[in-house]
Amino acid sequence: MTARERVAGNVAGYVDDRTGAAKWMKKNLQKVFPDHWSFLLGEICLYSFIILLLSGTFLTFWFDPSMREVVYEGSYEPLQGVKMSAAYASALEISFEVRGGLLMRQIHHWAALIFMVGIVVHLMRVYFTGAFRKPREFNWIIGVGLLTLGIVEGFLGYSLPDDLLSGTGIRIAEAIIQAIPVVGSYLSYFAFGGAFPGLAFIPRIYIVHVLILPGIFLALITVHLMLVWYQKHTQFPGPGRTEKNVVGYPLMPVYMAKAGGFFFIFFGVTAFLGAVASINPIWLYGPYNPGQISAGSQLDWYMGWLDGLVRMAPPLETYLFGYTISWNILIPGLILPGIMFTGLALYPFIESWMTGDKREHHLLDRPRNAPNRTAIGAMALTFTLVSLINGGNDIIATHFDLTINQMMWFARIGIIVLPPLAFIITKRICLSLQRADRELVLHGRETGRLVRMPNGEFVEVHEPISPEKAWLLTSHEQIAPLELPEVDEAGVRRPAALRNKIRNRLSRAHAVAVPKATETERRELEGHH
Amino acid sequence: MSNSDSRDIELIKDPGLPAHVHRRTDTDPVAAKRAERQVAILFGLSTLGTLLLIYSFIFIPIMGDTNLHQFGVGMGMAIALFCIGAGAIHWAKTLMPDDEVVAHRHEFRSDEQDRDDFVKTVKEGAASAGLGRRPLIKRTLGAALGLSGLTPLLLLRDLGPLPGDDLKKTNWKAGTRLVTDPGDRPIRPEDLEIGAVAQTQPEFPEGKERHLEDIAKDAVLLIRMRPEEFNLDSERLSWTHEGIIAFSKICSHMGCAVALYEQTTKHLLCPCHQSTFDVTRAAKVIFGPAARPLPQLAITVDEEGFLIAQAPFTEPVGPSFWGRLT
Repeated sequence: MTARERVAGNVAGYVDDRTGAAKWMKKNLQKVFPDHWSFLLGEICLYSFIILLLSGTFLTFWFDPSMREVVYEGSYEPLQGVKMSAAYASALEISFEVRGGLLMRQIHHWAALIFMVGIVVHLMRVYFTGAFRKPREFNWIIGVGLLTLGIVEGFLGYSLPDDLLSGTGIRIAEAIIQAIPVVGSYLSYFAFGGAFPGLAFIPRIYIVHVLILPGIFLALITVHLMLVWYQKHTQFPGPGRTEKNVVGYPLMPVYMAKAGGFFFIFFGVTAFLGAVASINPIWLYGPYNPGQISAGSQLDWYMGWLDGLVRMAPPLETYLFGYTISWNILIPGLILPGIMFTGLALYPFIESWMTGDKREHHLLDRPRNAPNRTAIGAMALTFTLVSLINGGNDIIATHFDLTINQMMWFARIGIIVLPPLAFIITKRICLSLQRADRELVLHGRETGRLVRMPNGEFVEVHEPISPEKAWLLTSHEQIAPLELPEVDEAGVRRPAALRNKIRNRLSRAHAVAVPKATETERRELEGHH
Repeated sequence: MSNSDSRDIELIKDPGLPAHVHRRTDTDPVAAKRAERQVAILFGLSTLGTLLLIYSFIFIPIMGDTNLHQFGVGMGMAIALFCIGAGAIHWAKTLMPDDEVVAHRHEFRSDEQDRDDFVKTVKEGAASAGLGRRPLIKRTLGAALGLSGLTPLLLLRDLGPLPGDDLKKTNWKAGTRLVTDPGDRPIRPEDLEIGAVAQTQPEFPEGKERHLEDIAKDAVLLIRMRPEEFNLDSERLSWTHEGIIAFSKICSHMGCAVALYEQTTKHLLCPCHQSTFDVTRAAKVIFGPAARPLPQLAITVDEEGFLIAQAPFTEPVGPSFWGRLT
């Protein structure tokens, strides 16, 4: 035993004497994690959150969250002598006077964008592979909560510098609050401490942005990770992988090195982006003034879909007993997002209700083997994508020589027509892929070698696929649809008849599949040859 | 279309975990040594990155060439961090054991005994507290908790004043002069050529300061065109002066500044959501999500020949709210 090992042993012993942690540590250091590139997506979210905490803390040392009016006297000449808020002036100071300040601002902003990309892509991975199924529904809901709060946090963050662009964003947020029936103008006056923009808003959203929301994030992320740890990670199907095991590498040392290394790589990439790719150059926008605006105002991407919905809304207002209801704001700004996020959060429960499947699942689905789920996902994504595209309709119109009218009508029609179309096409593609899998298992791989038979016929030689591949393509379950009774034994309609009928139909839609190849069929085919 | 119901069909079998394939670094000491060197080189590069960061931070001035300073610091940081990560992963992939390990899962469900015991414990706990047997305590506690929930709502009351009539009023009154923004100079009709646009504010008495809250409601856009181009009813026509027409610049949709005027079509466009207003027809909405025209300000000239408001706005400016019309 070397001296160093002895010291390590002593330290471990000291801690264990007081906590009894040795057993727990031993077990958890050997914890097995399955390996797949898509499992890095959640890590990206975690790492960008850490980067956000670090860079954000740096920024707070100089940022002055105040709307008090000052005259700019800093080193950026074009704005010298201009009246602006102390918040904007201090954001300029961070950009031009603090060494490394601009870099940190850009790292912070890039990390925020990547955080949101990470969440969305991670969510897509979890959704399309069915990782949200029992027992992981809690974690799905926490994830949807993180997505929602992430959008709010991001919006508040880029509102803080109080430049012309972010002020315009706040103005739009104020209009949404104001449009809420009955209490809207009251809520707006409470939020802004009086008339828009007032002096209260930036200090208030500052404390939400740097303390309240990060605190909630920290708590939710901790629970999210503890659940992943406790429930053990899902794994993709494959030879030797079952519902009862986890195949992978131990935390110590492999995953520590890999995950830790990935954090540094990711931080490095974010620093690179911060160094070379300019983002949100607030000094070009000037201070906020409600009477001014810059053309081509764009929100950050994760808000773009919301603005896209607002842009395509028909000009609808109702006047009822002298009161105004602005459907053109309420529907795209509050009602549709509410439906979208509620539906997203409830999806695990909706699916298990449709299929009647209440069992635990630890093996992931290949998306093609759950055609209905995959198609629903494609439909939701298409809806969001059309809105997102419309959120940049002015930019797209100028870049591609289109008119705003063309863009608007594309969006208005597309938002209704394209999602169902995406559903149908995706479902067809999934079933075709299942058919291809079946062919592959039964007839083997096409080798591209043509052979001429003695009778002159040309045939392509097929090679049987490996047992591992054959297992991968056939290991999934194909559940039969529900057959809930609509009438009881006496032939009388049950009280739940309608509900059962709906569930039967939904579960039939969910169970549509190409029968997977079996050993029996393979053997029969061999017999024919 | 399912296989699960037919019993005598044989499914394809799980061949089990494939045999482990050793890496070159596992079997060849030379390859292992090379991998070790590669990891060390990556860590060495990281050190150079930090040196670049230190050099840039100290020796490249932040002013003068801001971009170079932050580029040097950022690239140094990027190299330093990236190479640490790349080294660690290369190390893990080539030199750390890559034997797959199989761990077992167990169902999360506790066994029946534990579940029953848990329910029993809860029931017994609740029974021993006697909540069910003492409705007086239950009810008063419920009322007390419910009522105390009002406290935060009450404490937050002073976040802001009540809006009152504030959203319906602007600083425009009959006779208020229109002044340029920026500049605060009164305007004569002759100052505007045909086709010209000007942003204006109401003139404030000496000493009164213009806040952003004022601008957010008062901003008015003046547009001059040939009088015969107007397509207005006689009342609205009387609100114009020698081809000059005035509208609130605050969008009736969500309050952005409606700043884009297209001279050829006489359209005003809001850059936020592309609501488009036809100036010749009293800012009627011809496109986009806005539901109402921009409020028009009636203007004329005073005895000195400066543009003034004939009257305040006849409707609230800016985005909708519940009590707009009350």
